[in-house]
Amino acid sequence: MNRRNFLKKSLMTAAVVTTFGGLMIKPKRVHAAWPKKSFDITDLAESIKSVYGHDDLSETKKVKLKVPDIAENGAIVPINVKTDIENVESIMIFVENNPQPLSSGYNLSSKSKGVIGTRIKMGKTSKVIAAVKSNGKIYSASKEVKITIGGCGG
Amino acid sequence: MSTIKIRAKESNGSVTVKALIKHPMETGQRTDKKTGDKIPAHFIQEVVGKANNEEVITVHWGPAVSKNPYLTFVYNGSKGDKVELTWLDNKGNKDSLISEVK
Repeated sequence: MNRRNFLKKSLMTAAVVTTFGGLMIKPKRVHAAWPKKSFDITDLAESIKSVYGHDDLSETKKVKLKVPDIAENGAIVPINVKTDIENVESIMIFVENNPQPLSSGYNLSSKSKGVIGTRIKMGKTSKVIAAVKSNGKIYSASKEVKITIGGCGG
Repeated sequence: MSTIKIRAKESNGSVTVKALIKHPMETGQRTDKKTGDKIPAHFIQEVVGKANNEEVITVHWGPAVSKNPYLTFVYNGSKGDKVELTWLDNKGNKDSLISEVK
């Protein structure tokens, strides 16, 4: 390794270290580690408890959950959640009859609106629950989706 | 080619971001019909969305999210914002893409 290369490399390392250091110091409300434990749980109530510490969800019309009544293909079930509740910290989607009820979680910043959409797999007909966390309270909406062909089989 | 496609559009101060990611999203519960072996889990665990380098959303996905996953979210922003999405899967693979809001 010649001198020029050495200098270049050490400068790059320094830059990487600084950026990384900067990220570590900055407080980040939205960032959290992938919650392996919650994703592994196979019981709905336990799954909700592992996310929030309790399973006290208050069902409200302020959370709008848009899912199909009947999904022909359980491998692709579109889910849309919309809420007017202020200060949404997170939105979680649970599927009661899936092997692991927690399907996905969305941590929002103060710049985000309470709107998310995705597509999930469902093994069989089940209740789908959208839970919205705001100011320490959990608001929810739920709806049953009928599955004609399951999306988790081999 | 990036594994990510982003469409971000502004209207009345809200930016709607729609993204498609190319990924198998293997659950780990399926078996290979020919060999009878379990197909190992391979799925995206985290997607981070940034607007002008500021984090606006962190998504945690489990194996139950569909193959070639789709994601929509909305944030307060404007035309010309640089929207960046980065995904990371359970095998440590990742990809990211920056797109301009129209």
